[in-house]
Amino acid sequence: MKYGYYPGCSLERNAIAYHESAMAVAPLLGIEFVEVEDWNCCGATEYMSVHMLPAYALIGRNLALAAQHQLNGKPRLVAPCSACFLNLAKTDKYMAEDPRLARLVNEALAAGGLHYKPGSVQVRHLLHIIVEDVGYEAVAAKVVKPLYNLRVAPYYGCLIVRPTLQQPFDNPEYPTSLDRLLRVLGAKVVDFPVKTHCCGGHMTQISEETALELIRRLLKNAADYGADMIVTLCPMCQLNLDGYQEQVNRRFGTDYRIPVLYFTQLMGLAFGLPPEILGFGKEFVDAGPALAKIGAEPPPPEKKERPPKEALPMPAMPAER
Amino acid sequence: MSTAPSSSKSQERIGVYVCHCGSNIAGLVDVKDVAQWAGRELAEDGVVIARDYQFMCSNLGQELIEADIKEQGLTRVVVAACSPHLHEATFRTACQRAGLNPYLCEMVSIREQVSWVHTDRDLATAKAKALIAGGVERVAWHEPLEPLIVPINPTTLVVGGGIAGIQAALEIADSGYPVILVEREPSIGGHMAQFDKTFPTLDCAACILTPKMVAVGSHPNITLLTYSEVERVDGYVGSFLVTIRKKARYVNAETCTGCGLCIEKCPVRVVDEVFEAGLGYRKAVYRSFPQAVPKYPVIDTEHCTYFQRGKCKACQIFCPTQPKSINFEQKDEIIQVEVGNIILATGYELFDCRRIPQYGYGRLANVYTSLEFERLCNAAGPTGGEVVLRDGVTKPKTVGIIHCVGSRDSKYNSYCSVICCMQSLKFAHLVKERTGAEVYNFYIDMRTPFKDYDEFYQKVLAEGVHFVRGRVAEVTDAARHPGEEGKIIVQVEDTLIGRQRRIPVDMVILSAALEPRRDAQEVAHKFGIACSANGWFIEKHPKLDPVATMTEGIFIAGCAQGPKDIPATVAQGAAAAARVIGRIHQGHLALEPVRASVIAERCSGCRICNNLCPFNAISFREDLGVTEINPALCQGCGTCVAACPAGAITGTQFSNEQVFAQIEGLLMLDFSGAPRGAAVRMLEPALS
Repeated sequence: MKYGYYPGCSLERNAIAYHESAMAVAPLLGIEFVEVEDWNCCGATEYMSVHMLPAYALIGRNLALAAQHQLNGKPRLVAPCSACFLNLAKTDKYMAEDPRLARLVNEALAAGGLHYKPGSVQVRHLLHIIVEDVGYEAVAAKVVKPLYNLRVAPYYGCLIVRPTLQQPFDNPEYPTSLDRLLRVLGAKVVDFPVKTHCCGGHMTQISEETALELIRRLLKNAADYGADMIVTLCPMCQLNLDGYQEQVNRRFGTDYRIPVLYFTQLMGLAFGLPPEILGFGKEFVDAGPALAKIGAEPPPPEKKERPPKEALPMPAMPAER
Repeated sequence: MSTAPSSSKSQERIGVYVCHCGSNIAGLVDVKDVAQWAGRELAEDGVVIARDYQFMCSNLGQELIEADIKEQGLTRVVVAACSPHLHEATFRTACQRAGLNPYLCEMVSIREQVSWVHTDRDLATAKAKALIAGGVERVAWHEPLEPLIVPINPTTLVVGGGIAGIQAALEIADSGYPVILVEREPSIGGHMAQFDKTFPTLDCAACILTPKMVAVGSHPNITLLTYSEVERVDGYVGSFLVTIRKKARYVNAETCTGCGLCIEKCPVRVVDEVFEAGLGYRKAVYRSFPQAVPKYPVIDTEHCTYFQRGKCKACQIFCPTQPKSINFEQKDEIIQVEVGNIILATGYELFDCRRIPQYGYGRLANVYTSLEFERLCNAAGPTGGEVVLRDGVTKPKTVGIIHCVGSRDSKYNSYCSVICCMQSLKFAHLVKERTGAEVYNFYIDMRTPFKDYDEFYQKVLAEGVHFVRGRVAEVTDAARHPGEEGKIIVQVEDTLIGRQRRIPVDMVILSAALEPRRDAQEVAHKFGIACSANGWFIEKHPKLDPVATMTEGIFIAGCAQGPKDIPATVAQGAAAAARVIGRIHQGHLALEPVRASVIAERCSGCRICNNLCPFNAISFREDLGVTEINPALCQGCGTCVAACPAGAITGTQFSNEQVFAQIEGLLMLDFSGAPRGAAVRMLEPALS
């Protein structure tokens, strides 16, 4: 499966672990990435609120470049960063819905000899293509070193399951695709009710107080559920939860040491790849102690405690699709 | 159009009557001009008289037509007024009184299709003329018809043994006619039997329902078929042939005394997903609840040790009757009954709250559905009426009740489920009464119409229940602060104070939406009726004919037609019964002779039409190799007429001649001095 690849700036700097691990696991899943040539900034989360038209034009340029890739059929563009993904998908959608916007963006693109026809590129997040195009079964087939005994909190962030996107690929309020992927890798997935809550985004630069409180809530919830680590799919989320953990501890008098890793890093480990090529060691909160918990043997099946006689039965949850 | 008729039309003497309908029509259409035009321009098409009148449907208006028929010797009548749905019968009857066959009268809708939908006076007037011209051309081709008379079998089938079906069955049985009541579950009672109290009077649901259940069980005119389902419906109004599957109970009703020893001795305990709404247990051999009617238990083979592993038989061993009443060899039984009318009262299903995962149902132990809470409060329920948390012992100190879960929400059901506001008020009162807990109601709008409902709301307000206006965002156990630890937190925007609030509670009750039965479409098809876009059965008219359907002889009652409370459900059950009793009294029914029929010589036996009929009126005669249409079942919709590739099916009142003549009249008329064809161009803006 061949995809256009839009790394975005994070994957080249702070989220290089994400990039390296994604590149390491992709060939094992039969994924081939072709990087969009001469791509530019996606505008991140801010530019849209500063000046809309240049923001859309900025993203439109990336779409126009991606559309030039003649892959089999409709060009498919993968963005591992949630912000890049959302900006690309949003611009494509808005240009399709609003001919005036499409005209203005294309007027701007014409200056560079480019043109973008809305809908001509299919924009996907890395998680989408792994769970939808590759599929859970194919991932399971590659697992050689299951992540037994590792308790993980799946963290989706607020960007990738927005309900207004063309086809939300998961429940916008309570997504479960990453949960299921991590279970396939052998990890124990804890319920993580704040899985789509905000990580603070760039509030760390604007109102640190606000951002630290948001980060604290996420760390607290993961700790309350006894998670060994938080698994994420967004460079912004990773940076905030990992890089600001120490500040949260200082401000709130807590002592969280919860490593925050990319799901692709865990996939690599489960596929038996050497940690060195998966970007480990770049995180601020050392993942070593948590990773040491990974056991060779599957955990004994959880003993179902017999509920007390007077307890009422819980509703049955539907089997996983 | 080459197929258009040219002869015969001037031989008829046609009267045209244009109604003002007060200002409904005359407000936009120049009715006087229309009438004068018709008398002048359509004279060569057979119109001998054309009048306008303020209210054609009034007695005086009808007498006008009658007098003209007698004095002017009219042979055809065209009435341009409202939709034929409303007054076709009125004008046909008027014609009949004057000795004219009622089917020689044609109605043209110049209200619903003209004055109510247009704004330009000139164009509307022109369109009215065109429609009338179409009616005049068409009516010349009408033929005198006689209605079909069918006898009515006095037995009625009622499907569904909830309160709607029970009420309908009792009303009919009490008036002396036989009823067959079919219920899918082992006992009648429906959802109402699961409830504890009923709003707004708080009388005990069982206390008011069980006398009716007992009456059904012992009524000499009611044949009760529980644990049974309708498999197939053949025939038509007056004489339906219904095939019913009586599922094997594995308990012999003739000898069983209902002592319950088998239930006591059964070693298998399973969660009761139906009657206890998943909150309690039952045995593999079970009776839904103590007051079940009939009293005989059933064996749930899916969980029975004997059926699964071939041994146990504890129930049979301990059965004290001679011979033993447990019969593992019992088989499903198929029976056929003949009935004249059918009432569908199949009820509703509760919205599956797991579809809104952010409300925590299924993940957070102390989030309950409304039906679970009903069982929790019920003295015969799993906790004996104690309002406790899922651990079975702890009483909640704070309870949140969320309204509109799955209702008034474009993602799930856009409709209002009607009962949730009052039900939530009832819950709030019961929680307060049983536990003294603080109660928060999270609502979008409070809707408490009908007798004594708002008084109940005021009473609950006075009891100190809190009301927070806003749709709840999430229910979570992710505590932010020490005060939230160990609680479930309801996050909501309080739209009255314009603030986000987090309210920690011990228990949450979700007032879940009422949804159509999952198999409602399938059932509708089986009985030849239709479902709305939301999946509820469609009534014949939402205001004036709420319990009849477009299929003769099939009536609907209760929540199968749409969400409603118990008083409305009972009223519909009784209303459907009244309609049926009226039918039975008549002894026979006159059916519209608008029917399709097959010209056997032209039918090639291709069967294309066979599966198209929405009323199951078409069957294939294997012996003759041709298709046949049952005239009593046919509703004259014309689907098969249009579909037949050989043109072998024709519809009375909708023959090719009639339809083409109408089109000819509509399009090719020469009026207002314009050349032929100008009318089409002139009307384009109005039609587009």
